[in-house]
Amino acid sequence: MKTKIIKNNQIKVFKIAESVLCEIPLLLTKIQAGFPSPAEDYMEERLSLDKKLIKNRSATFFARVTGDSMINSGIYNGDLIIVDKALNPKPDSVLLCVLDGEFTLKKVRKIKNKMYMIPENPDYPPIKISEYNDFRIWGVVTYSIRTHY
Amino acid sequence: MDCNNFYVSCERVFRPELEGKPVVVLSNNDGCIISRSEEAKQLGLKMAEPAFLKKDFLKRHKVHVFSSNYTLYGDMSQRVMDVLRIFTTEMEIYSIDEAFLILTNTNNLYATIQKIQQTVFKSTGIPVSIGVGKTKSLAKIANKIAKKNKVYPGLFIINNTQQRDCILRNTHVEKLWGIGRQHHKLLRKNNIITAYNFTQINNQWIRKKMSVVGLRIKQELLGVSCMPIELCLPDKKAIATTRAFGKKINSYTYLCEAVATYATRCSEKLRKQSSVASIITVFIHTDPFNSRDKQYNKSKTFALPVPTNSNYQLAHYAIIALKQIYSIDYYYKKAGVIVDGLMPENEIQYGFFEVNNRVKWNMVIKATDKINKKYGRDKIKLAIMGMSNKWKLRQKKLSGRYTTNWDEIIQVLK
Repeated sequence: MKTKIIKNNQIKVFKIAESVLCEIPLLLTKIQAGFPSPAEDYMEERLSLDKKLIKNRSATFFARVTGDSMINSGIYNGDLIIVDKALNPKPDSVLLCVLDGEFTLKKVRKIKNKMYMIPENPDYPPIKISEYNDFRIWGVVTYSIRTHY
Repeated sequence: MDCNNFYVSCERVFRPELEGKPVVVLSNNDGCIISRSEEAKQLGLKMAEPAFLKKDFLKRHKVHVFSSNYTLYGDMSQRVMDVLRIFTTEMEIYSIDEAFLILTNTNNLYATIQKIQQTVFKSTGIPVSIGVGKTKSLAKIANKIAKKNKVYPGLFIINNTQQRDCILRNTHVEKLWGIGRQHHKLLRKNNIITAYNFTQINNQWIRKKMSVVGLRIKQELLGVSCMPIELCLPDKKAIATTRAFGKKINSYTYLCEAVATYATRCSEKLRKQSSVASIITVFIHTDPFNSRDKQYNKSKTFALPVPTNSNYQLAHYAIIALKQIYSIDYYYKKAGVIVDGLMPENEIQYGFFEVNNRVKWNMVIKATDKINKKYGRDKIKLAIMGMSNKWKLRQKKLSGRYTTNWDEIIQVLK
């Protein structure tokens, strides 16, 4: 692709230069000649974050966090979280909950037979879940991702 | 397996506050109601009801209305199907929200299908119903009963002939899978009202009047499988992209943009199944529901010089066809491109006098396909597809693409 002929804020139109097109090398088949790569027998699949961080593909969803109620669990404003709907919560799991129709991120604990949503920030008090609340666990947070760059 | 109110259920997974409230999803262009929550059904809203006739009603009853978000529904469907695959090796995906599964372990069937139902719901948030029968036709009937089952909500098994006949006596023949309006008329004239009546007619009569299709339905109802599970979908015989415009258009330029875009969509669908098309049809028409407009309805079909699945070629011939049928005197509501005479990509007979450089173009297409897959549809497109958006779909109430677009994922506040 050679000359840019039009530019506005939405599109860029490129002219396809024919001479360049023909020169794209095609490596469709294995190279027959020469020595085989000494690494060939040692090839392993490259590491994949998808495979590492996602166990149940069909049950995994991503969400963006706003707010600071979970900072002591290491989840900050703007973080990306990975949520697995299929997992069963462990006692200390961070959960994506739905309280009266709204998404919220909390831990959930049973204290003296009462259910509480526990924020991980001393500035916020625990929230008692009463029988008048519509409360559901939507999924379990498996990983959170921060941007450092 | 059938997903309950599938499109509405998809929307609710990401908008939990809509649980227990009336919700509907509209068809392309926000035309008709195509999915209703139970609450919306109870309000008396009907399937395929035009939304604009119900505007005040929807507002008055605080019904939540969504435009159809097929990006989301497609992904959620794939998730549901992937979960189902854990439970069987043989499965036929029948539609976006239905599948047939072969269950080999028939001990404790209710426990098995309950487990399937729970796993799908827990993994995806989509509620499903499961009906079990010896054949596909019986499974379909069982599924309808499952939706009303009080003992096992959403589950039902037809497991013996006595029970089967009782159900068939209570099933109207027109509700059967595969019985169309013509056959229903014929059966009613002959006093065949229930599915059970249908199973009692002799084979010769059915064969004569309803061909082998009718006979198969009878056998299926009696528990003899005649429609085997199709593990992979057969490639399509013809591919069409037809759409109504967001608003009526008169301009040739805009029609060109639309037709070129539809041709490109056809070419994408062709490449996906590694086929090429040898015939292309373009049609345009005015709004048949508007009696004040002058009506016009025309199409043009071409045989392509060489079968192709190239976006450039198909758009080129689509525009030539459009040029021949376009008339400035009308306001158009819909256009479409249909490609036909499909064959496998690797069986193309090249033209003797062909001047096009096919190899070069294939490389361009491969490269743009890759780029568009990475950066979003139509990032690189043919200039004739335009930027006007004047004819694009009306989707006023579109929800987020929560699972396929980083900018639209779930937001958790607090």
